[in-house]
Amino acid sequence: MSQTSKSAAPQGQGFSLLKLLLEGRAFFALIVIIAVFSYLSPNYFTTSNFLIMASQVAIFGLLAIGMLLVILNGGIDLSVGSILALCGVIAGAMMQGIEIKAMGVILYPPVWAVVVITVTIGALVGAVNGVLVAYLKVPAFVATLGVMYVARGVALLLTNGLTYNRLAGSAELGNTGFKWLGSERIAGIPISVLILAVCAVIAWLVLSRSAFGRWLYASGGNERAAELSGVPVKFVKVTVYTLSGALSAVAGLVLSSQLTSAGPTAGTTYELTAIAAVVIGGAALTGGRGTVLGTMLGAFVIGFLSAGLVIVGVSSYWQTVFTGAVIVLAVLMNSIQTGKGGKKA
Amino acid sequence: MSATATKPDTAEVVLAARNVAKSYGAVHALKGVNFDIHRGQVTTLFGENGAGKSTLMKILSGVIQPTSGEIILDGKPVAFQNSTHARDLGVSIIHQELSLAPNLSVRDNIFMGREIMGPTGVNFAEEEAQVRKLMADLEEDIDPLTPVEDLRLGQQQIVEIARALSVDSRILIMDEPTSALSATEVEVLFKVINDLTSKGVSIVYISHHLEEALQITDHAVVLRDGTMTAWAPRAEIDLNWIVRNMVGENYNLGSPPDGYAFGQTALSVQNMVLPDPGGNPYNVVDNLSLDVKAGEIVCIYGLMGAGRSELMEALAGRYRQQSGRIELLGQEISDLSIAGRIASGLALVPEDRQRDGLVQTMSVGQNLSLASIGAFTRGLFTSRRAEKALVADSIKRVTVKTSGPDAAIGSLSGGNQQKVVIGKMMATNPKVILLDEPSRGIDIGAKAEVFRLLADGAKQGLAVVYTTSEVSECLSIAHRIIVMHKGRITAEFGADATKEMIMAASGEQHAA
Repeated sequence: MSQTSKSAAPQGQGFSLLKLLLEGRAFFALIVIIAVFSYLSPNYFTTSNFLIMASQVAIFGLLAIGMLLVILNGGIDLSVGSILALCGVIAGAMMQGIEIKAMGVILYPPVWAVVVITVTIGALVGAVNGVLVAYLKVPAFVATLGVMYVARGVALLLTNGLTYNRLAGSAELGNTGFKWLGSERIAGIPISVLILAVCAVIAWLVLSRSAFGRWLYASGGNERAAELSGVPVKFVKVTVYTLSGALSAVAGLVLSSQLTSAGPTAGTTYELTAIAAVVIGGAALTGGRGTVLGTMLGAFVIGFLSAGLVIVGVSSYWQTVFTGAVIVLAVLMNSIQTGKGGKKA
Repeated sequence: MSATATKPDTAEVVLAARNVAKSYGAVHALKGVNFDIHRGQVTTLFGENGAGKSTLMKILSGVIQPTSGEIILDGKPVAFQNSTHARDLGVSIIHQELSLAPNLSVRDNIFMGREIMGPTGVNFAEEEAQVRKLMADLEEDIDPLTPVEDLRLGQQQIVEIARALSVDSRILIMDEPTSALSATEVEVLFKVINDLTSKGVSIVYISHHLEEALQITDHAVVLRDGTMTAWAPRAEIDLNWIVRNMVGENYNLGSPPDGYAFGQTALSVQNMVLPDPGGNPYNVVDNLSLDVKAGEIVCIYGLMGAGRSELMEALAGRYRQQSGRIELLGQEISDLSIAGRIASGLALVPEDRQRDGLVQTMSVGQNLSLASIGAFTRGLFTSRRAEKALVADSIKRVTVKTSGPDAAIGSLSGGNQQKVVIGKMMATNPKVILLDEPSRGIDIGAKAEVFRLLADGAKQGLAVVYTTSEVSECLSIAHRIIVMHKGRITAEFGADATKEMIMAASGEQHAA
């Protein structure tokens, strides 16, 4: 007995160090990125730069939270970038006023109404994804690919390909304040970052502490077993796509508020960045494994890396190369990790 | 302990393991085992789950490499690089877990990785002809072009066996080849094994079904906790010998619990009809009626395809297309969802625990609490304390051997995994529990514990319905034995039935 424990002890330590490195890889990657760029550029390690970078990350972070929910369920949502654009232009249209010709009036809904309507529309588009996947058995990849095209097309139709620029509203119409989301700060922290933080905390609570979170992990890990244990797997499925759509709408609002313009081509390929963040954060594309913390770290790794490359003056073409390399590296580590855990006695 | 003590005559040994050990980190799966395979004979390996049987077989077939020790093939040490290397040297294995590609046809599965090449690509016609011949030998009516996913589990196992046979190996390792086979199919397999051995092929056979293995074995080897505890030729062994060496206990699955009266009718099924979910024009459950009282244990015996699993799943709410009436304690539940039926007190322990029972990405504790999340949810959030208590309670109740509730579910042995599935459903406090083949692929010790658990539950007023394809399991704790054949109940017996009576009613042609 004593022989076993003696020989096992050093082995166990080595293994746990490796395990720590693997499990915390997104965290270590983030530290390495911050350290390297702080060394390369004096402007990188400053509060103002971190806040700017964080408000950029907020967009991807919001999309990534929704994507995490879908990926935990064993699905994928390719439509988030398009929903972001669609919701952005819908919000833009409402801010510029909706003309109802028959009645000869132009409606200027207040900002809160714009936000509510926009998020509802995002959720509805997400729910369409969910129903297609859960009830009509369309593979998630195909369903959300289709919705991606449709949403983008509708956004282009609504705007005729143009961009809404007058989003500020005016005092006499009572619809000012749209800029607040993207450019204001509370205690020095951008609102967008706070929104991300709030969404992340809620998502974390839901995943780790609520029955719904347990249902989600179970149905992503083994849908048949979850169903036979009484988990409402279809409800879970529709809900995650709906939430992903709603979060895309929130991201769309934040982005158009930051830019004070809403264009139909906004958010192109953002779905891929969101997937990348989730994967770098250690989630398994097969479902059932992944955390909010990991996904947030993944989003910050991507955001801080590309911002750093811009600051030190590396061409944007190289940024693409680096981002791709980081994604592959992350998945490589995923497979090393699962390879280690997959043995059978 | 010395290697020479149990070393048999090496002249006729074709493949041998010498002091083979295998460790996974701190876990020693095998601790220096000697094992001999004799030419043209059947060597059976007995042992409980986790005794190291599968590990040893994987080493002998090159799937994994031993940590220490050597493999001797035809008297010369050999190091298998991988299973293909071993196969090329004449050793092949039928794995316990099916390793078929469900989307490919039977033919393509059988020739996967060693396709017969002709001048214009793969010679499909020749492959198909060979598969037809194999299926004829196995007396199985399976078309070579059927996709594997359309086959029953038992037929898939036949395909797995056919694939190993098609290689023309000198040494064939069969790890639990019969777990999903009917008695008739097992007999055909034994005939095939006899043919093979008479041609000089050596067989290594592993089965939890001891009586079955005793029919064909020439030598028996017993493993326990990674070491070999006994070795003997067929003439010197019997069932008691094996069990004694495996577990050190007597082989007893219990008897029907008595000393109490049954309660009211807990489950009542009236005229249930379920069309084949695969779309075939017949009913897999055909106008079946059944009443089970509280405290009663009913065993449903039937062959593969008798409709047992479909009946159980239909009762649990898996299918939408069934007709008929299902009542639970007088309450109609036919329209309820799976979750609704669980909530009203009907729980199913499914047949295939890997596919339908466990969530592999979750811990032991999370699997145990999965069906009763509502019980420890307070308002919006789950209560960790309540969940912990529930999990601890379940682990104790079903006696799961685990390092803790946070252990990975995959770290448990088959028997303990099964107990987790049972514990999960027991935690919902059911009035009626349905168990579809609860003893599939688990060892005697675990089997007896599962049955004892069910008997204890029945004493508390739980109505228990379990299915089995092993007659000995009918004649254990069941108060009533129901025989199913082609979706109908063909016979009903009390606990005093005999094996012969049950088998005769199941439509099985059995010589013994």
